[in-house]
Amino acid sequence: MSPEPMGFFTDTTVCIGCKACEVACKEWNQLPATNGGRTLMSGLSYDNTVRLDGINWRHVKFIEQFSEDRSSGRWLMMSDVCKHCVQAGCLEVCPTGAIIRTEFDTVVIQSDVCNGCRLCLAACPFGVIDINPASNTAQKCTLCYDRLQAGLEPACAQACPTDSIQFGPVSRLKQQAQARLDQLRALGETRARLYGADESMLGGLNAFYLLVDEPEVYGLPRDPKLPSRRLLAGSVFSLAGAVIMGLIAWITLRRRRVEEEHA
Amino acid sequence: MPETFFTAPPHWGWYIATYFFVGGIAGGAFVISSLLALFGRAEDRPVVRLGHYVALAGALLSGALLTADLTRPERFWHMLVQSKTGLPMLKPWSPMSVGAWGVLGFGVVAALAAAGSIAESRPGLWQRLARLNRGPMQAATALAGSLLGFFLAGYTGVLLSVTNRPLWADSDLVGLVFLLSAASSGAAALLLLGDWSGGVSELTRHWLARFDRTALMLELAVLVIFLATLGPALAILRGAWGAVLLGGVIGAGIVAPLVLERRTPALLASVSPAALVLAGSFLLRVVIVFAAQQVHVAGTEVVLP
Repeated sequence: MSPEPMGFFTDTTVCIGCKACEVACKEWNQLPATNGGRTLMSGLSYDNTVRLDGINWRHVKFIEQFSEDRSSGRWLMMSDVCKHCVQAGCLEVCPTGAIIRTEFDTVVIQSDVCNGCRLCLAACPFGVIDINPASNTAQKCTLCYDRLQAGLEPACAQACPTDSIQFGPVSRLKQQAQARLDQLRALGETRARLYGADESMLGGLNAFYLLVDEPEVYGLPRDPKLPSRRLLAGSVFSLAGAVIMGLIAWITLRRRRVEEEHA
Repeated sequence: MPETFFTAPPHWGWYIATYFFVGGIAGGAFVISSLLALFGRAEDRPVVRLGHYVALAGALLSGALLTADLTRPERFWHMLVQSKTGLPMLKPWSPMSVGAWGVLGFGVVAALAAAGSIAESRPGLWQRLARLNRGPMQAATALAGSLLGFFLAGYTGVLLSVTNRPLWADSDLVGLVFLLSAASSGAAALLLLGDWSGGVSELTRHWLARFDRTALMLELAVLVIFLATLGPALAILRGAWGAVLLGGVIGAGIVAPLVLERRTPALLASVSPAALVLAGSFLLRVVIVFAAQQVHVAGTEVVLP
């Protein structure tokens, strides 16, 4: 019997921006601190790593919302990660079969199969994947596949001191998320919303979020889509172009022959 | 803001832009060569053979560029054979997966056609190979060559659209634009190389130039529709990349050759319209590949070029 789909529910309202998740992820997955020898510290707010990539599989985003005179405002913090989409764009396009869906319904890149074409980087609706300079292959969060197989929870979820990152069966996480949303709404936080918790977004995100502002504020797409949405129309237009150019060549060559026979 | 702005670039650079250009020329030239072989006359044979050579050279260069671009080039064969099972690797819904087989098939057919052409042009040498360029064998390679040539010309644009990147995935027309550009640049390459190598009849030259003009006019029309229907993603082209597209691709690469073909001012007599077409076709790939990749998210902010 295969196990239940497993995932993350990240409740951004209790994130304190400590980055314990980033550190735990790096330690467990042996991810380098520098990118091919280059140390990249952004100096952007508290955000030193700027994005998810091949060596940063957890990324804490810091959003400063303050009025001009700083008399009112708030900090938003969000630990971002691969969404482990039920309909995953990276898995859809991967031409080597390196990207697989595991028995935990998570999405994993097999580093020994990937040849670094980087199509998944462009296909991911969230910009999660990049090349890891240690392996020279595309890498991202595996939802700690090795730990899951051993019955452990992912390193980031275990390290999170406020339980902003919760790990478990997706069905249970969804109930917890709904309860938390109801609680926040009852307390008057009308901006609270779930992101990716239902099937309308890419069949559901197995790593989903509770946000307190528009998705764009967190650098997230409002309506992420699968790469294949353009496959049919793009192919049909190209095919039509081929037919038209072929016909033009055929007709003009035929006419040329007829004209010559007359002359 | 379009959802494509929240994604990350794949770091495709000069190798890929050059491959799109070279693959387009090779595909376009093989299509033209095949159609001339099927429906042309004896006077067209030099260009038929030239098209075979361009197709083969382009296929070899394409394979080299694509392999060199991988971050693990020694695993290039993982696109064709599943590395863990040894079974064939093919995802019909992934343009890159189909494309890997397309490039391979194109290369094989182009090699057969080129071998036939060498034998055809050097009487006495390997006369059995010349049969590749005659009768049913020629019909088969020409049919396969035109299908694979059109595929190579267009799938690269469809591949870009089947991602989530700005510009690429914001339109269904990238494949068509690339296909038409490949048709015009394939014809232009045959015109230039034909002039250089000599032996091309005025009859063929005239037809090639006319085919090229038709492709350019269609390309211009589709490019305008592409830009007009981009919506908010057009913001990417507001700066320098838009200037390159308007001045370099459309101005110098499409409009100028169309005008020069009709009436060449004495001052510009040395400028070859075919060379302009090739330059414009290369710049088109450069703009599409590079402009889209300069969009990225830093922290939570979308950064545009």
